[in-house]
Amino acid sequence: MSYKSKFKVWRGDADGGDLNDYTVDVNEGEVLLDVIHRLQATQAPDLAVRWNCKAGKCGSCSAEVNGKPSLLCMTRMNTFVPEETVTVTPMRTFPIIRDLVTDVSFNYEKARQIPAFSPPKGVAPGDYRMKQLDVERSQEFRKCIECFLCQDVCHVVRDHDDNKKAFSGPRFLIRAAELSMHPLDSNPDRAEFARDEQGIGLCNITKCCTEVCPEHIKITDNAIIPMKERVVDKKYDPLVWLGSKIGIHHD
Amino acid sequence: MSSLLERHSYDVIVIGAGGAGLRAAIEAREQGQKTAILCKSLFGKAHTVMAEGGIAASMGNVNSKDSWQVHFCDSLRGGKFLNNPRMVELHAKEAPDRVWELETYGALFDRTPDGKISQRNFGGHEYPRLAHVGDRTGLELIRTLQQKIVSLQQEDLREFGDAEARIKVFAELTVTELVKDGDAVAGAFGYYRETGNFVLFEAPAIIMATGGIGKSFKVTSNSWEYTGDGHALCLRAGANLINMEFMQFHPTGMIWPPSVKGILVTESVRGDGGILTNVEGKRFMFNYVPDVFRGQYAKTEEEGDRWYDDQENNKRPPELLPRDEVARAINSEVKAGRGTEHGGVYLDVSTRMPAEVIKKKLPAMHAQFLELADVDITTHPMEVGPTAHYIMGGVEVDPDTEGTAVPGLFACGEVSGGMHGSNRLGGNSLSDLIVFGRRAGLGAAAYVSALGEKRPTVSEADLEAAGKAALAPFHAEPQPGPDGAVAPAPENPYTVHTELQQVMSDLVGIIRREGEITEALQKLQSLRKRAEHAAVEGHRQFNPGWHLALDLRNMLDVSECVAKAALERHESRGGHTREDFPIMDPNWRGVNLVAHLVPGTNTIELTHKPVPTIRPDLLALFDRSELEKYMTAPELTVLDNPQAAAGEKA
Ligand SMILES: Cc1cc2nc3c(=O)[nH]c(=O)nc-3n(C[C@H](O)[C@H](O)[C@H](O)COP(=O)(O)OP(=O)(O)OC[C@H]3O[C@@H](n4cnc5c(N)ncnc54)[C@H](O)[C@@H]3O)c2cc1C
Ligand code: SF4
Ligand code: SF4
Ligand code: FES
Repeated sequence: MSYKSKFKVWRGDADGGDLNDYTVDVNEGEVLLDVIHRLQATQAPDLAVRWNCKAGKCGSCSAEVNGKPSLLCMTRMNTFVPEETVTVTPMRTFPIIRDLVTDVSFNYEKARQIPAFSPPKGVAPGDYRMKQLDVERSQEFRKCIECFLCQDVCHVVRDHDDNKKAFSGPRFLIRAAELSMHPLDSNPDRAEFARDEQGIGLCNITKCCTEVCPEHIKITDNAIIPMKERVVDKKYDPLVWLGSKIGIHHD
Repeated sequence: MSSLLERHSYDVIVIGAGGAGLRAAIEAREQGQKTAILCKSLFGKAHTVMAEGGIAASMGNVNSKDSWQVHFCDSLRGGKFLNNPRMVELHAKEAPDRVWELETYGALFDRTPDGKISQRNFGGHEYPRLAHVGDRTGLELIRTLQQKIVSLQQEDLREFGDAEARIKVFAELTVTELVKDGDAVAGAFGYYRETGNFVLFEAPAIIMATGGIGKSFKVTSNSWEYTGDGHALCLRAGANLINMEFMQFHPTGMIWPPSVKGILVTESVRGDGGILTNVEGKRFMFNYVPDVFRGQYAKTEEEGDRWYDDQENNKRPPELLPRDEVARAINSEVKAGRGTEHGGVYLDVSTRMPAEVIKKKLPAMHAQFLELADVDITTHPMEVGPTAHYIMGGVEVDPDTEGTAVPGLFACGEVSGGMHGSNRLGGNSLSDLIVFGRRAGLGAAAYVSALGEKRPTVSEADLEAAGKAALAPFHAEPQPGPDGAVAPAPENPYTVHTELQQVMSDLVGIIRREGEITEALQKLQSLRKRAEHAAVEGHRQFNPGWHLALDLRNMLDVSECVAKAALERHESRGGHTREDFPIMDPNWRGVNLVAHLVPGTNTIELTHKPVPTIRPDLLALFDRSELEKYMTAPELTVLDNPQAAAGEKA
């Protein structure tokens, strides 16, 4: 079941680089990361690639496969035909460090700008009570493995470095939504923050982020659109809104 | 050399950004210490992220009969009474508070109908005890602690205008050496993966939280980070490693296709009702209930099935025995020719619950099998077999402060030893991380405060040596061949690593024999020589070949400790099974095997040390008849004279 497959892998650093051609054995059931590892072990010991879990859980192995932002460890080789040349390049939106490894510090900076969870006043640890139905909305967003593929694909920053300052990107818009929908978060200004500081207005709902998310988080429909509505509809009905925040009232 | 070196000075250095390291760092920082966190991968990607099933804490939300005492007893039983009893006590008592604390940091656990944190069943736990978020609990733990650290940084930004004033993360940085001043630790030396440049962190207190050693085995659920760095760094710094023979092989790893072999299938699959069958369709676990557990498990399939709905009147099914028992049973079934096509057994939920329930309760498992193995677990059984998963052994610590034999050096999380005895119960690791992570942070902070102005210093000679050792793979010489001739080329670190994994899996794996372990020790010696000649190509920037060449030394040190202890322990217990000594021997129960370096040399030596005794008030939580299965008659005499024992305790 083993065959030889052709690959083009981008090699280089911040000063530039090229696609290099390799021919590597591929065995039944393998994922692209297996093949990259075989390449390291047999032909290119210094090929730089990030990975950790090899199980789609840590979000380290992000790259672009034939131009599509993907996790290397979840890209099955049987999704290609054996004759096909598979092209692997680093994420385009972030500065190159070396080969397939990029500098993703942009994301950590954006994470630090979002006000943290604000615990409810007067509720002791152990006394938090929330309904499963109410936590599920935020739980969807907490599935995020921070692979930053959505950040990579989003056209607002992909080819517009200058937008990076004003736009936090889909990963952090879902963080805003997550906190906003957290039944016990006591910060009432999440939507305003998303508008004023996270640049939610720059998103024009192309849904590319949702399409690449390996966790299948409905980034646009379940997070960005509701947040936009909250921003626009400044006079949203507080009862409907607070309904999700069982028992807790902000005044 | 020193001109090329970046230097930082902190009060507390935490090596490792998993659950243990992050919780320790939060505590040290909250105690007012200037704290740095160093980690090999990006912030938020440590191994803890992979944990699936849950965090054990006796909150009693699902069954109010649960209590710290029951959790204490379950953990000791699971560890076959070789655990450090004080650690088990602290762990059982403090876990609920640590879990509730996570909610104040923003964690969102699954809920019970009355809005409390939901708890699920797991092997060896008497009551539903594991707080969880579907099957991605580790992700929730890491993200919650990561976000708590960000919130501390936001505080510092407001207060000092610098987010990193009191807590900073140095990611993608590998520590290769601890440096000392006399007996005490003085700093940590390492390199940035990105640039290959060296960096020194000077600090009077270092908390080791580097996780486990699974990458020394061929089939493992562990990630590349698990090269036993912290175990080896502590050993070389003069600390003791205890119980290294106890390696947990998780019974259910994926086995097909080969590329995913070893990836974990969470125990929740069984906790939620999944059953194990052999190729003949038999639920074979009923044949493997050992005597010590006989009274606690169902005798028939019908009783086992009823237990899921009525735990008061039925016993649990034997699929939920502690992991060592289940792993050995699977091994025996396959050996007896009753295995599946790919050499495992079946784990089935498809006949046990509706597809919708499976997708809801086990979403990550459903996706994992669908995406990696083309198996839909709602309609087909999974094929599973044992995978190297967790090292019970580790750095010997003081239970209350997590201090080691080396002043200023602390350890917590998987890298520390004692808490889990010879076998860890599922869910007891995540709780261990936050209970002892916090305590290590407190211990280190207290140590630093007590030091006052007397800070240790790092000598230039030590730095020089650390730098030289780290660069050695770039200058490796070809090694002499067997007949003295020069071998054609230096060693490839990837080849040495593959052979090391083969040796450990084949010769010091799940079932062990004297001859094979001896052979392994010889092979490890020759691999060690070859590793010294492992050469790397290219540059220092993000060069995985170089990183692996440096990790090899740690894997070899740790593997030698495992093999030596495995050879020495003449019995079978928990994560150590000797075919030539198949019995669990009460005379061995009280013995910890301690690995340490002979001072001034690189020789690893093994000594015997008594397991700390269980206080009579804690011993009294068990029936005498149960204790008799584990302990020798003289050990039980305290039970005959409780007054005298109580007096002794005070
Ligand atoms: C697939 C899987 C599922 C699991 N599920 C559960 C579960 O449901 N419940 C449970 O209780 N337990 C579970 N476990 C076990 C548990 O996840 C681990 O034991 C635990 O997460 C270890 O945490 P830690 O903080 O000790 O180390 P880790 O989370 O592994 O972190 C180690 C850190 O140390 C760093 N490090 C290592 N070496 C160096 C070095 N040389 N220099 C700098 N940094 C270094 C790493 O980069 C990393 O940041 C599971 C384990 C696996 C593999
Ligand atoms: S939907 Fe918005 S955030 Fe997502 S990719 Fe499109 S523009 Fe970017
Ligand atoms: S939202 Fe999805 S695509 Fe974006 S970082 Fe998270 S997991 Fe990755
Ligand atoms: S290696 Fe963890 S997601 Fe790919």
